[in-house]
Amino acid sequence: MSLLEIKGVSKIYGSLKALDNVSLTVDTGEWVAIMGPSGSGKSTMMNIIGCMDKASLGEVLLDDVDISKVSSKKLTEIRRDKIGLIFQQFHLVNYLTAVENVMLAQYYHSMPDEKEALEALERVGLADRAKHLPSQLSGGEQQRVCIARALINHPEIILADEPTGNLDEANENIVLDLFRQLHNEGTTLIVVTHDPEVAEVAQRTIILDHGKLVKEVMNENFNSQNAAANNSGSQENGISDSGSKKSAETTEENPEAKKEKAEDNGRKADAMKARGKTRKGSKSKK
Amino acid sequence: MKKQNMFFRMITASLLRRRSRMIVTLLAIMVGATILSGLVTIYYDVPRQMGEQFRSYGANMIFLPSGDSAGITAADTKKAVNVINEKNIVGTAPYKYETVLINERPVIAAATNMSGAKATSPYWYVNGAWPEKNGQILVGKDIAETYGVSVGDEMKLAYAEEDEGVSNENNNAPQNKNELAFTVTGVLDTGGSEENYIFISLEDMASLTEKNTSYDMVELSVSASQDELNDYANKINNSVGSLSARLVKRVTQSETTVLTKLQSLVLIVTIVVLLLTMICVATTMTAVVTERRKEIGLRKALGASNKSIIGGFMGEGMMLGGIGGLLGSVLGYFFAELVSRNVFNSSITFQPLLIPLTLVASVAVTAIACLLPVRSAADVDPALVLKGE
Repeated sequence: MSLLEIKGVSKIYGSLKALDNVSLTVDTGEWVAIMGPSGSGKSTMMNIIGCMDKASLGEVLLDDVDISKVSSKKLTEIRRDKIGLIFQQFHLVNYLTAVENVMLAQYYHSMPDEKEALEALERVGLADRAKHLPSQLSGGEQQRVCIARALINHPEIILADEPTGNLDEANENIVLDLFRQLHNEGTTLIVVTHDPEVAEVAQRTIILDHGKLVKEVMNENFNSQNAAANNSGSQENGISDSGSKKSAETTEENPEAKKEKAEDNGRKADAMKARGKTRKGSKSKK
Repeated sequence: MKKQNMFFRMITASLLRRRSRMIVTLLAIMVGATILSGLVTIYYDVPRQMGEQFRSYGANMIFLPSGDSAGITAADTKKAVNVINEKNIVGTAPYKYETVLINERPVIAAATNMSGAKATSPYWYVNGAWPEKNGQILVGKDIAETYGVSVGDEMKLAYAEEDEGVSNENNNAPQNKNELAFTVTGVLDTGGSEENYIFISLEDMASLTEKNTSYDMVELSVSASQDELNDYANKINNSVGSLSARLVKRVTQSETTVLTKLQSLVLIVTIVVLLLTMICVATTMTAVVTERRKEIGLRKALGASNKSIIGGFMGEGMMLGGIGGLLGSVLGYFFAELVSRNVFNSSITFQPLLIPLTLVASVAVTAIACLLPVRSAADVDPALVLKGE
C-alpha cells in the first residue's frame, strides 16, 4: 500500500530544473534512502515531500492527497499532522529545554503533554537530560531530542535530512538504531544522506543526479541486517526504550516471526492504522 | 497542559533565557515608560507648581466697589471670599486709601491688613520689618527719602476731613484735624507706585479718620487657572452685588501663556520620547526576528500557522511592554519628583492613575512597534532557512 506517490514531478527555478520529471512510490512502513551529490535535487525533493515547497509540474500524492495542488494553509496542516522532520543541524529552539522542544511539536499539533514528551525522551535514552538546554547537550543528544520531537505526534512519515551528518560514529549508530525501531513499528522513513553507510541500512536507495532519478537500489540484506542490529543495537547503545526492548525480546523469543514482520510492510501498514486510530482517539479526548 | 500554559512557558523561557537581547528591549521600554510617566505627572502638576510660582508676582484678582457703592464692606468681602475655595486662597489684602498730612503736606496712606498684603505682594522688598501691631507703619521709599525718615523713627500723620461745599481757595487748612504718631518699622522698595505711599493698619486708619473703614479695593492672590478664576469672578459678581470682582489680566494671562507653552513643551517631549521608544523597540524586534529566522522556520516546519508565529512574538513584546511599563511607572514618579525638586523646588503629587495608564501605554506602544517586524516573521520560508547545506 503506497503512502507516497510522486508522478512526473519537476521543480523549476527560472531556467534551472532542480527536479526533472521524477516519479517514485514509497509504501507505508518502507525505509527509503535518497542519495546524490550536492545540487542533485535531494533537498528540493525533501522539501516537496515535507510540504515545505510545491512541485512546478506533476503530482505528489501523500496519503491520497495531492499536496502539489493544496493551499499553503492546508500544506501546513498536512505537515503538522502527517510528517515528522529530522534535520542535520538539529534545529532545536535554543532557549527551550529538551522536553520543551519536544512539547513544541505537540503544541502546534494538538495539546502539549509533558508526561508524553518525557516518555519520548526516555525512548531515545534522554530521560535524564530532559531539563537541559540544547547548549548543554552533545550533538548526538541534540539529534535524539530532534528524533523524539519528530516522533512525538506519531507521524505517518518521518523525513530525515542528513540525520547523521554532524554525528560521530557512536551517535550515528544510536540514531540508526532508533530508525530501525521506528521502522519495525511501521513508521515510513525517508532519509536523505550523503553517507553510503547510512543509505545501506535502508530497504531501498534512490539515487538522484541533476534532478533526475538515475538509479534505485534494493538492499537485499536488509532483513538480516535489521534482525542482527535489533539483537545488539539498542542494548549496546544503551537506549532505555521499552519499545526497543520489546523488539529485542521478540527477536530473541521468536526470530522467525520477527523476520516475517520486517518483511511484510502491509502488516506494518495495519499496525500504523491501528496506531493512528489510537492517536486520533487520544487527540479527540484532549 | 493547556495551550495557554505552554504559550506563557515559551514566552517566559524566551525572555529569561535570552536575557542579553531582551534586556536591551526592556531598558528601551522602561526608559520610555519612565519619561512618559514622569512627564505626564509633571504635565498635570505643572499648573499647581507654576501657580505657586506665579503667586509671587502679586494679586491676580481684585474686588472694586460696583456701581454707586462708596466702598466695600468687610461683610461683603467675607461673603465674596467665601465663594473661592479656601485652599486656593494665598492671601487677601483689603485697601483703604486716604490722604493724610505729614508736616502739613498731603501724602496718600494705604490702610491694609499687613499679613494679607505680605501674602498678596510677596515681591515687595521691605528694608526693616513689616508692622506687627497698631502704631507701626511701613513707609514707601520715596516718602522716606522726601521726609528723611528711616526705620525706628517716629512719624506724625494728620487727618483733616474736608467739609463739603467749603472751598479751600482762601484757606488751605483743613478743619477737625486729628494727628497720631507712628513708628516706622520698614521702608518699602517695590520699584512701583507703592514707594509713594504710607502703609498703616486698618485699625490705625479708623483711629486716625475716626470713621468706620470700608475698603476702596480688595486684592486677592488665588492659586487657580484662568478658567477657574473667571468662574470665581462670575459667581462673586452674581452673588455679591455691592462689589465687582475682576481679574488682573496682566498676571492671569501671562500665567496662562506660560503654562500653555510649558505644557505643550512637555507634551511634545513626551510624544518624541514615545516615538523614540517605538523606534528602539521596532529596531530591536527586527533584529530579534532576523536572529530567530531559523527558529521561526522550524516552528513553521512543525506546523505553526502565521497567526501563531505572530502571536508568539507579539506575546513576548507585550509582556516586555508590561514589565517595562510597570517599572517605568514607578521610576517615573521618582523622575518627576527629581525634576520638580530641582525646577520648582517642591514635591510632586503622586497620581495613582498613572500606573495603569503607563502600563497600558507601554503595552500599546510596544505592540505597535512590534507589528511591522513581527509581520515579517510570518514571511519566513522554512525550506530556505532550515536548509542543511
